[in-house]
Amino acid sequence: MARFVAKHLVFLLLTLFVVSFLVFALNEFSPGAVARKELGAYATQEQVDLLTRQLGLDRPLPVRYAEYLGKAATGDLGYSARFKLPVKDVIWKHLGNTALLAALAFACIVPLSMLLGIAAGMRESSRLDRAILLFSTVVASIPEFALGVFLASIFVVWLGWLPGTATLVAGGGWSVATQLVLPVAVIVLFDSGYVISMIRASMIEVMQRPYIRTAVLKGMPFRDVILRHAVRNAMITPITVIMLQINYLVAGVVVVETVFAYPGFGRMMLEAALFKDIALVEAGALVAVFVAVATNILGDLAYMILDPRIRA
Amino acid sequence: MSAPATAEVLSVSPPAMSRRRARDLWRGVARVGESRPATVGVLIILFWLAVAALAPLLAPYPPNASDLAALAHPTPSRAHWLGTDHLGRDLLSRLAWGARPVLVIAPLAVLGATALGCLLGLAAGYHRRWIDLVLTRACDIVLSFPVIILYMIILTHFGSSAWNIVGVLTLTKAPIIARIVRGLTLELREREYVAAAKMRGESALYIMLVEILPNARGPLLVDMCLRTGYNIIIIGVLGFLGIGLPPPDPDWGGMVKDTYGMMSVWPHMALVPCAAISSLVIGFNLLAVGLRELGLRD
Repeated sequence: MARFVAKHLVFLLLTLFVVSFLVFALNEFSPGAVARKELGAYATQEQVDLLTRQLGLDRPLPVRYAEYLGKAATGDLGYSARFKLPVKDVIWKHLGNTALLAALAFACIVPLSMLLGIAAGMRESSRLDRAILLFSTVVASIPEFALGVFLASIFVVWLGWLPGTATLVAGGGWSVATQLVLPVAVIVLFDSGYVISMIRASMIEVMQRPYIRTAVLKGMPFRDVILRHAVRNAMITPITVIMLQINYLVAGVVVVETVFAYPGFGRMMLEAALFKDIALVEAGALVAVFVAVATNILGDLAYMILDPRIRA
Repeated sequence: MSAPATAEVLSVSPPAMSRRRARDLWRGVARVGESRPATVGVLIILFWLAVAALAPLLAPYPPNASDLAALAHPTPSRAHWLGTDHLGRDLLSRLAWGARPVLVIAPLAVLGATALGCLLGLAAGYHRRWIDLVLTRACDIVLSFPVIILYMIILTHFGSSAWNIVGVLTLTKAPIIARIVRGLTLELREREYVAAAKMRGESALYIMLVEILPNARGPLLVDMCLRTGYNIIIIGVLGFLGIGLPPPDPDWGGMVKDTYGMMSVWPHMALVPCAAISSLVIGFNLLAVGLRELGLRD
């Protein structure tokens, strides 16, 4: 177990290293880029050159990258040109907001997709299975922005039950809680479609195993066969898939955040990229990759805990 | 974006090798009719292909022409069957023309990713040792990166064009296909016909492309359908985020971006392109579900 964790931590560091270098090189390869961004389009070339020299940006790329890494290690990630705040503060604030959204969505996705996935997979090709398969295929096929538009046109425009934006500032007679309903609903629908199909496939496979047949033949009630024998085994494979959804929930919800004007991490990255806020893009990419690889490792660990056969 | 149903795809056993390929292919196409999801999927895809191909005939107006008179009442009318957008452009015309870029870019990127992924996967699975290690690790790194953020960084840096979108989609999707092909290759390289080809003195490239690859086509085909659907979603998402195909030419995602702010007044402007893109992706995913069913029945 310790060896496993150590090996994966090395991979995590390697990935962070490679990605940070690539993003750094992409943004700062041409020495004038940062100074040009700082000074704006109307600065003369002399001014740009002067600032480039003052900031030490005319030094070779590896030197600057080493300096960047050194600063990042002490917690200094630079200053955000877009938000006029230290990058660290900007990232923490938006990451917190996204974590709230992601936690709520995750708390709905797991039970919902387990329930539907198991119900569909326990009797393959039954009417219930076909219905759930159709449902999961359709909701996973509709892009998040389209789901957002569909749900908003029903619940905001037509029925008027919910607010159309989720700025996390109570206003216009809508509380923060009501603002969260639609963004969470969109994420849950889009994401659970995929998770349902994974759990269903795993469940179908388990239901064909000999120990299930034995349990049925010895006269065990079908409910107990499902709950005691099938479910535990059927959840082993999808647990990694479920853990991988955290990655999507943190970094991939940029669309939902944009639809509902939610002040989250993904939208922050979009704004930073469009504004060419280099310091924020670099730090944000690192955070996103860290979350991705860390959840990957957690998924593998959960897998090992659930399935003793691969623990060796 | 969610990753594809890799584990499920892998469970489809590669169909047995056959010499009568052409007849097999035809029989395979005809068998699509045996699965209801596949039939519905194919019909939806054919519908949009026809719309894209016939766009010049179907579209009643030029896609970028504004009808200023219609701006007062942009809702569906006799002159504009689906209504107009916020600039008075006919939605039906934009919808028809907008089907073209999606139906070209998404499959093109899938072909690119499949070709690159097959090469990487075959090389890693057939040669093993250090090639395998390096390629697998490189793929892991690309896959660990949240793709949307990668697209944002790359496309805002290099600018967005159809070719750039095909490029990033190819590069980010190839590792997934490489992983699938590698898994299949590890299994197939132990078969007798591979050993026979080695005895005949065939080159490694020949064995990979002629002996192994054709036998991996079943799972790959299902995956290509899924991947086309995902690519259509991503192209829409990029358009919606404002980093997709450049305006003013119609692009479904971009159409939603321009008009979803006016949802409370004119919801049809955003609903129409949303319905179009959703139905097209549903078509590809239903086809994938159907193909997987047919594959499992063998």
